[in-house]
Amino acid sequence: MELLPLAQQAIFYLLAIVIVVCSILAVTTRRILRAATYLLFVLLSTAGIYFMLDYTFLGSVQIAVYAGGILVLFVFSILLTSKPGECTEEKSIKQRILGLVAAIAGAAVCAYALFTYKWPEIETQEIQSINDIGHALIGMDKFQYLLPFEAVSVLLLACIIGAIMIARKR
Amino acid sequence: MEYTVFILALPLAMFLLLGLLDSKLKPRVAGILGTMGMTVCTALAYLTAYQFFTQPRNAEGVIPSQVPFNVEWLRFTEHLHIDLGIYLDPISVMMLVVITTVSLMVHIYSLGYMHGEKGFQRYYAFLSLFSMSMLGLVVATNIFQMYIFWELVGVSSFLLIGFYYTKPSAVAASKKAFIVTRFADLGFLIGILILSFFTKTFDFATLTANPTAIISESAGATFLGCSVASWALALIFMGGAGKSAMFPLHIWLPDAMEGPTPVSALIHAATMVVAGVYLVARLFPVYCVTPEVLDLITTVGAITALYAAIVACVQTDIKRVLAFSTISQIAFMIVALGVASDTNLHTGLGYMASMFHLFTHAMFKALLFLGAGAIIHAVHSNEMADMGGLRKYMPITHITFLIACLAIAGIPPFSGFFSKDEILTAVMEKSTFWGVWMTVVAGLTAFYMFRLYFRIFWWKDTDCSHHTPHEAPATMTLPLIFLALVTCVAGFIPFGELVSVNGEPYHIHLNWSVATTSIIVAVCAILLATWLYMKENKKPTAMANATRTLHTAAYRRFYIDEIYLFVTHKIIFGLISRPIAWFDRHIIDGTMDMFAHVTQWVSARIKGLQSGSIQAYVWILIVGTLLIATLTICYCL
Amino acid sequence: METPMIYYIVLSLVMFFAGVYGFITRKNMLMMLISIELMLNAVDINFAVFNRFLFPGQMEGMIFSIFAIAIAAAETAIAIAIIINIYRHISNIDADNLDDMKY
Repeated sequence: MELLPLAQQAIFYLLAIVIVVCSILAVTTRRILRAATYLLFVLLSTAGIYFMLDYTFLGSVQIAVYAGGILVLFVFSILLTSKPGECTEEKSIKQRILGLVAAIAGAAVCAYALFTYKWPEIETQEIQSINDIGHALIGMDKFQYLLPFEAVSVLLLACIIGAIMIARKR
Repeated sequence: MEYTVFILALPLAMFLLLGLLDSKLKPRVAGILGTMGMTVCTALAYLTAYQFFTQPRNAEGVIPSQVPFNVEWLRFTEHLHIDLGIYLDPISVMMLVVITTVSLMVHIYSLGYMHGEKGFQRYYAFLSLFSMSMLGLVVATNIFQMYIFWELVGVSSFLLIGFYYTKPSAVAASKKAFIVTRFADLGFLIGILILSFFTKTFDFATLTANPTAIISESAGATFLGCSVASWALALIFMGGAGKSAMFPLHIWLPDAMEGPTPVSALIHAATMVVAGVYLVARLFPVYCVTPEVLDLITTVGAITALYAAIVACVQTDIKRVLAFSTISQIAFMIVALGVASDTNLHTGLGYMASMFHLFTHAMFKALLFLGAGAIIHAVHSNEMADMGGLRKYMPITHITFLIACLAIAGIPPFSGFFSKDEILTAVMEKSTFWGVWMTVVAGLTAFYMFRLYFRIFWWKDTDCSHHTPHEAPATMTLPLIFLALVTCVAGFIPFGELVSVNGEPYHIHLNWSVATTSIIVAVCAILLATWLYMKENKKPTAMANATRTLHTAAYRRFYIDEIYLFVTHKIIFGLISRPIAWFDRHIIDGTMDMFAHVTQWVSARIKGLQSGSIQAYVWILIVGTLLIATLTICYCL
Repeated sequence: METPMIYYIVLSLVMFFAGVYGFITRKNMLMMLISIELMLNAVDINFAVFNRFLFPGQMEGMIFSIFAIAIAAAETAIAIAIIINIYRHISNIDADNLDDMKY
């Protein structure tokens, strides 16, 4: 994707604004279904970020798994466990302020660390093709990931069975 | 002669068989099995003795000792290792014969005596265990193997004394026997360790081959004015004194009579109690290098002999009389060993005399106990007062008992005369004082044995209105007859030719001056006993009243048990154990309790942290992470 | 590619601490789960960004992101199964009611 630098900047800011706003809304709204929707926007924007970084495969996985799979799960479970139009309870105002303070303090500490650190300058290079990703995932050499790949697949299987076992009616 | 290993293996196999099957076997089958095992064992022992004593002597005229079986069991250092093996030399072969013979007799006798008892199979299993341990003790190749079997005989003695475990007195007696001998064995073990530390060996053959090496090795090492070698040997003798019931460790033996009578005959008269004598004899060349220990042995033995003889004169329980007589006779053997000052054939006469007396004593004392068992079987009582006039009802027991009494009193031609004469000769040669002392003891022996004899078989004519005493069954009389025959002829065995202090043949010849004196003393004592106890009369009571203090003191065994009780209860328990118990309860336990209380207190305070609320945990996590991150940034970046 | 790396990182920082805030201030367990997803997503972005800007010749960061996404999916499925099960038992899904495990 060869975009003009200006257009690229504009798209980044757009995505950034969507992510920041929707993240904050997702954790502050009292309606849980809305929260899920804001989360969807965040996830899609994240996919956009991945596309901007030229990680097209990662972006599509993000959309397929997160936005497509997990979010549907969320929506189902929200519909199962709450009544339409119901507002979730929040903690007391004192607790919320404390939480806000903690979050801002954490962010400040991290931001300080990030801004004072001297990042090395690296020449940009050609990005690996999707072919390389495929080989890396099922190869057995150095920097290739067949074993984690298989482990993750077994984990997913176990998790399917486990989820059914836990959630089924007795 | 590799088959000798079966002499040990057979009783062990019998013990396992009878012990494991126990009540699965019929009592009769168990008894016959045990007896058959013992018969084979006895036959093997006789074969061993025959082959051993008929083998050609070597150049010095000594029968060479053999080790037909030996395995290394534990190796500590290059030189120090514990073996298990079989060591055959004249005294161990002699002991094999004595033990198997008496054990076989007791096995046969018990078929009748223990008939119908509860736990008959268990009884035979224990008998086999005891036989195995005792045989293992005498054939031990090294002092540590001997110690192992020494403890095993202690255990089997404990088991057999407490055979009637529902009877509190039997339980108390078995505990007493075990604890007293265990206490003595502590000395034995320490002695072994000291000895092996200096000599670098446990092996009897090496130890006795060059006994002076101990002195040279331990030269300069002294403790409380005596050389360490003397201490080691004295401590080993302490173990022997405990097993052989020497004063003041004798207190367990009279109480051990709570066990079944055949057991008393086997363990507490003929075999186990002479283990101490055997131990000293086994290490005799080593003892020769420390004359002061031999003097100690002589003194302990002489005091015990007199003490036990006096106490035996006034006891009324016939088994107690025999028990004290046993203590006295073993003391004779100990004294004989003590006066044998070196391994020269003539000055070491006491060694041969001691072994000879051990041999003859085992036979006639077993006979006495088995006879006493037959009497108890007939009248159902141990007390002299319930007996009297039994000669008409129990002729076989009467005759055999009389033979044994004559033997122990030292009347020729019975076996006891010959061996006791050798002992008295040996003692007399060493020291006239101890010689006269021991002659007096021999006279006392004759007196109390005939007192016992007359009180049982004469004294009064029993009124047999309610219960007629009857002769024992054949299984009980046969061993009596056999042992009586042995007692008649054993004195003529050329014992000195086979067993002597340095192995060379020694021709026994009677020292007529000593023999005549002892016979006269014995006959006088017997006549006195006849005069006092032949017919029921008031003379003994009158005599007892005349010497009331002495009589009561002797009857209460000179209060030795009370002294033990005082020392253990008042001094050890009261002054040492109580403060230690207090320390343990309050200081040691208190410290532990304090730890527990502090832990409890702290956990009660901090359990609120475990609120179960996830978000509280996350709070702590976030705060902690932030702290760590801040600290890292402050100090590392 | 003129956008500097730090912009992306700040973006993920905001997203992450939004998740932290949500996790400690919401009672509803599904909301807590959504917060967790936000945090995970922020971490994924970091992986990808560091890979892209600092080690452009390799793809470890991206592959870790892929695995993280897969594991997040598994985790969400189990968590939702547990939440539904809890809902069946006590008819609500407030984390404050779930303190059976205390001391």
